[in-house]
Amino acid sequence: MSNMPRAEQETVRDIYRPRPASIVRTADVTRIEKLFELELESGEALGHMPGQFVEVSLAGFGEAPISVSSSPTRGPRFELVVRRVGALTGALHRLKPGDRVGIRGPFGTWFPVDSDLRGRDVLFICGGIGLVPVRSAIQYVVDKRSHYGHMFILFGARTPADRLFSDEYEQWCAPGEATFLETVDKRDARWTGAEGVLTTLIPCIRFDPGRTVAVICGPPVMYRFVIVELKQRGMAEDNMFVSLERRMKCGVGKCGHCQMNHIYVCQKGPVFRLSEITDLEEAL
Amino acid sequence: MSVYKLSMEQMRDWISRLIAERTLYGVQQRDERFVFGRVERPEELRLDYDVTILPPKKYVMPPRENLLAYLPQEHYESLWADEPFVPLGVHPYDFVAIRQLDLLFERDNPDEHYLRRRKAAAIVVVDVERVSANVFAGCVGTAVVEEGFDGLLTRVEDGYLLEVRGAKGEWLVSLAESLAPATRADLRQRREVWANNRRRLRKHELKVTPERVGQLLRESYGHPIWEEKARQCYSCGSCNLVCPTCYCFDVRDESDWSLRKGVRYRVWDGCLLEEFAMVAGGHNFRAAKAARYRHRYYRKGLYVPEIIGQLACVGCGRCITACTTGIANPVEVFNRLQEEPHEQHAAC
Repeated sequence: MSNMPRAEQETVRDIYRPRPASIVRTADVTRIEKLFELELESGEALGHMPGQFVEVSLAGFGEAPISVSSSPTRGPRFELVVRRVGALTGALHRLKPGDRVGIRGPFGTWFPVDSDLRGRDVLFICGGIGLVPVRSAIQYVVDKRSHYGHMFILFGARTPADRLFSDEYEQWCAPGEATFLETVDKRDARWTGAEGVLTTLIPCIRFDPGRTVAVICGPPVMYRFVIVELKQRGMAEDNMFVSLERRMKCGVGKCGHCQMNHIYVCQKGPVFRLSEITDLEEAL
Repeated sequence: MSVYKLSMEQMRDWISRLIAERTLYGVQQRDERFVFGRVERPEELRLDYDVTILPPKKYVMPPRENLLAYLPQEHYESLWADEPFVPLGVHPYDFVAIRQLDLLFERDNPDEHYLRRRKAAAIVVVDVERVSANVFAGCVGTAVVEEGFDGLLTRVEDGYLLEVRGAKGEWLVSLAESLAPATRADLRQRREVWANNRRRLRKHELKVTPERVGQLLRESYGHPIWEEKARQCYSCGSCNLVCPTCYCFDVRDESDWSLRKGVRYRVWDGCLLEEFAMVAGGHNFRAAKAARYRHRYYRKGLYVPEIIGQLACVGCGRCITACTTGIANPVEVFNRLQEEPHEQHAAC
């Protein structure tokens, strides 16, 4: 630190100061979700693990917690998928390659890809944009394929138009090594796949609850139903991991917005082992 | 121990010197009430106030505090406030609250904005002379402080005693001319003030020890009191606003007219406000008034104490005074939980 210019030393410990990153590429994922491939201007890797989030900053608009959608195994660049819901995300959607954003983080806990998931069969259950953070873990598993057993991916979208990453499913699922099932809540004229809520997919797969670890991510309403279904299939709460959304404003355990009971989700979450939060009234 | 005696005249000179040397904040009267503000003349300062509308927390965690300046191209620069200043005449319970904030902002991810401002403050505590309508500091062990301050003033018969600690304390006392050390009789008087204040600052009588409040709350998650009280809650956040230990904040951006540069700042926020736990897209993770009301008491009595090891209510009584509908008395809530335990509670 002593070699740094004085000004740099003065600011280096500011937990609220974003690092500049530039947009390398954008791609429309759905009508309202856009993918951003980013690169920190320092050239460093983000240093994240699957399931962690960053605070994306746009001067004049503020910050929003956004989960990282790509795996750290794919190099120093990283991808975020942003749903357009407000002023900040609307402004982000107008950005183009070469434009900059601010990044703080990575923050929070991650899917235990190097511990609990390793050597086990892996069951990913995702509703809607719940697939965004889980995609990072899926890519991680795909890139270290020999470390894991069978991979199940169950994905539910509201309509066929809300499906995400549909051009990647094939690449995730080598025959015999993975099972991919999807459904939509409401079909359209061209949809020939399954129709029904996400939980209807669970009876369609055969897994050994003793050697399978589940990762669940989706809208708040989804968790109870999925968890009940998995418990009925004999899966222990220790073997289920959920990623929970909250208003993670500061990301550093200070501002109070993300608390569920005594837990600061930005610090102890967003990824939790289910057995750790079953007594937490405000969790689900 | 460095305790000095100041006559009223020496006190006046000392305050004048402080005003000349530093930005001095102290208590002034506004109509029938008292507020902390910038003091520019010694006669403006009141040390015999009962309680201020807002706590002196506002000097270490301002209602609005600039964090960053932003320039075009997502360039951010930290904004620091480290100009030295003196908050003088802070009551012990308010000082305990500031010490709690010190712990909370320092731990895990040190908040350099808070810490630098705090480091720049030389805080002079004053023992309470006049008892306010709703104070209960005597029940929660905050009627008196014996450490952590830079200076501590106590009114005695013919002047003030001033105890100083550390380098900032040495500086404080260096501004006073030829002070006599406090005599044994002076110190005896001070001990009497302390004993009296521990007894006097109990306008509400807490029937449970501060150490027991956490366990009481663990057993009371499903208690009917939360619904019952919250039915009258306007979700106005007044209890948050006047609280010396509330430190939740929101972060906002404000651009100048060019829309190319501006500042990112934080503002006080309150967990009673309806949108506090709402996320983009409109889902509210604490939509029920009763859940928000309960959360505040759990923060004060269980969640924050789990982190810092002490009750996060210092007994200033401001929330009791501020609440329009009279539902914000922590003593009433904790006593009720003690007297009418709830059997079929849900754990939390």
